Amino acid sequence: MNVIWLFFLLGGIGIAASHGDIQKVTDGALKGAEMAVEVALGLIGAMSLWLGIMRIAQEAGLIRVVARLARPFMERLFPSIPANHPALGHILMNLSANVLGLGSAATPFGMKAMQAMQELNRNRPEASAAMCTFLAMNTSCITIVPATIISVRVAANSGNPTEIVVPTILATTVGMSVAVTADWLLRTYFQRRRG
Amino acid sequence: MSIFNTLSQWTVPMLFAVILIAGAVRKVKVYDAFVAGAEEGFTIAVKLIPYLVAMLVAIGIFRETGAMDMVMNAISPLTNFLGIPGEILPLAVMRPLSGSGALGVATELIQTHGPDSFVGRLASIMQGTTDTTFFVLTIYFGAVGVRQYRYSLFTGLLADVTSFLASVYFCRLFFG
Repeated sequence: MNVIWLFFLLGGIGIAASHGDIQKVTDGALKGAEMAVEVALGLIGAMSLWLGIMRIAQEAGLIRVVARLARPFMERLFPSIPANHPALGHILMNLSANVLGLGSAATPFGMKAMQAMQELNRNRPEASAAMCTFLAMNTSCITIVPATIISVRVAANSGNPTEIVVPTILATTVGMSVAVTADWLLRTYFQRRRG
Repeated sequence: MSIFNTLSQWTVPMLFAVILIAGAVRKVKVYDAFVAGAEEGFTIAVKLIPYLVAMLVAIGIFRETGAMDMVMNAISPLTNFLGIPGEILPLAVMRPLSGSGALGVATELIQTHGPDSFVGRLASIMQGTTDTTFFVLTIYFGAVGVRQYRYSLFTGLLADVTSFLASVYFCRLFFG
């Protein structure tokens, strides 16, 4: 991550210098910083709402029920998470929210999943194997209803706004399979190396 | 479309209802539990700020200064070779970095080329298949204070590249 961060920053500064518009570095930096705070504060409302609802679900024992239902296929994907651990429930909730296109709910569910996995990771600053698998699935996840882009197509007077749904699902399936396979290979490789 | 619409309209209310009923049946103090849970929303959001500033400042500089355009120019011979329309490239490069930026580019492509053109359809498909990998990793890892991402950035970007190529393939297959 450090290398990529340096590459973004120094690459940008270098190119601005060679183009003679160094002012753009400052503009870009300030714009980015402002946007970061906007994004973070913008999350508070939806995040609080869903975390509140999730706490009710947790105290009612629903997260454990979900975790138990998810066990058959989660066991293989997340061998390091103990069976019936709430982390599995949160992971499944996050992936379902992603599939259904509920962006505002997916993020808070994902935060809970990460917190649960970080507990198992004993709060180390290094990502655990389970986190890597979870994020590989999360970033390549299928969305059944890509609502935003459909509304953009409707606004542009498309003859058939939803015609893209099937190819989208097929293409995501390919992407997700590759991501999960790559994650599995890397996880196995690093586990072997560590012994 | 109408089934999709009804489905997405009903999911959230149904979820609320199921959770509240389960809470009531299990004699959870629902109001107390809600407030206790919601309290965390603020803490998490504030905790994200340093990570988001670091990431979005880097992306902001990379974009503003034209460094991103240079990356695109560097890739374009390869995509031309694969027969991928050059107009789509800005979207492909923007997508993993910035969600709002990518949506802006996609909207513009759909409007200028028409939603039912090849580029318009491809932009629509790509928008749904790839994700803002950098953003997702920043906030998910940021929320729990993880700073070493190990191989997860590689897997995420690999998924984006694969999904991009698969989008081109399926777009051509379906719409020629």
